[in-house]
Amino acid sequence: MVVFDHVVKRYGSGPVILDDLSFSAARGEFVSFIGPSGCGKSTILKLIAGLSPNTGGRVAVDDREPDQAREELAYVFQEPTLLPWLTVERNVEVPMRLSGVDRSRRAETVRRALELVGLGSRAGYYPRQLSGGQKMRVSIARALSLAPRILLLDEPFAALDEMTRDHLNEELLTIREQQGWTAFFVTHSVAEAVFLSNRVLVLAPNPGRLHREVSVRLPYPRTAATRASPEYQRLVGEVSLLLRSVEEARA
Amino acid sequence: MKLKHLLPALTGVVMLGLWYGIHLSINPEHRFVLPSPGDVIAAFAVHGRQLWSATGVTGVAALIGFLASAVVSFALALGLSLSPLVRASFYPYLMMLQMTPIIVFAPILIMWVGPGLPSVALITFLICFFPLVVNTTQGLVSTDHNLVDLFRLYRARKRQEVWLLRVPAALPYYLTGLRIAATLAPIGAIVGDLYAGSSAAGSSGLGYLTLMYSANAEMGPLFATAALCCLLGGIFVMVVVALNWWVLHKWHDSFTRTDG
Repeated sequence: MVVFDHVVKRYGSGPVILDDLSFSAARGEFVSFIGPSGCGKSTILKLIAGLSPNTGGRVAVDDREPDQAREELAYVFQEPTLLPWLTVERNVEVPMRLSGVDRSRRAETVRRALELVGLGSRAGYYPRQLSGGQKMRVSIARALSLAPRILLLDEPFAALDEMTRDHLNEELLTIREQQGWTAFFVTHSVAEAVFLSNRVLVLAPNPGRLHREVSVRLPYPRTAATRASPEYQRLVGEVSLLLRSVEEARA
Repeated sequence: MKLKHLLPALTGVVMLGLWYGIHLSINPEHRFVLPSPGDVIAAFAVHGRQLWSATGVTGVAALIGFLASAVVSFALALGLSLSPLVRASFYPYLMMLQMTPIIVFAPILIMWVGPGLPSVALITFLICFFPLVVNTTQGLVSTDHNLVDLFRLYRARKRQEVWLLRVPAALPYYLTGLRIAATLAPIGAIVGDLYAGSSAAGSSGLGYLTLMYSANAEMGPLFATAALCCLLGGIFVMVVVALNWWVLHKWHDSFTRTDG
């Protein structure tokens, strides 16, 4: 359970990044944040991760301070952030090495994490031998290796072509069926946000604040066919219009 | 034979021809100024033992200085990478060390350490030091910010961040430093030997031979000495290039991908 209660965030004496933001997410939810640049989307993830303290209000992760709960969560960045000198399997085990998991237990977890993202056969490859989509899969496998309860994803597929992005979206949901983590997903893509989430939070910029919340009542599991359904199309239209109104208010 | 092998060989043959042609075109009385390729080969026959022994002496001194520099500079770079304040405190003096020509340093060091192998190796050490420290420090502080964030997120201890992230990320820079140092090491040892070399048979290096042959205007042996300096430098560079390949070829972008 993640709770934001009237949260305010500014860096030093700079402008207010997030103003009076309140929302809560129950276990197992998939929440997306969408909004124009400057609406503080990534900052929300940093606050949940406890990488940066909030200036006002309260952030709680399972009724604890975020930095107390950090072992429960994993982060997928916009870049794959792989270590180029390590093979795929060695990259996946980095978080486990850092937290002192012993070697014998690491191997099995790495194998399973790579199977999960469909890269079991690429364990010995170096990152530069992989495509952009494959690198991102490795990055996701690495995030999942510590069996997180909360997964934070900061525009993880922004740099990929649409086909690859659609595939990875579907894979991400399939993995979630098996693992059941709560996801917080930052994106610029309306289609992606609607496809993945059960809730989409549309944010307004300068300062970042909640503009509107849209519930996505499409049933899981969602597949490629979901994108063709009228309800999906309607929701994409609705969120697009909300996003447009936010952008026009700024201009 | 492929063109890319044939052409360099051809260039070599043309240059040898030119060299011999110029040698022949000089008035026979002054022809000794530019020995023919044959004279140089003859020098090896006559002075072979002395020449090869000197190459060995200089090679050993260069190797000791080079290796010591590779180790010490790495340790210093680690220290310098810890904070901008530490860097700011030491960099100006490193620069001063680099700005002082080694031929000025050499006599001072000999006064302190005495002539012979230790001071020759020390001069080599100094000439290799700067490019190694600067490159390695640069590498250690240029780690991708995203990767540093990743390590912080997973609560890496400082030691883990240094050894699992910063040091491997700095390897390409360190190896660039080593390549520069490899070209400088034989030069350092030869210059060192000019000042600090021993005249005792079997313990004089290439620098001492250069002095001796030039004092006697023995041009053939002098050219042979030059060839050996070139050979020594070539060996150093080749070993480091091989090391560079061995360490980096699997993952670094400077080597073309093998498959995928």
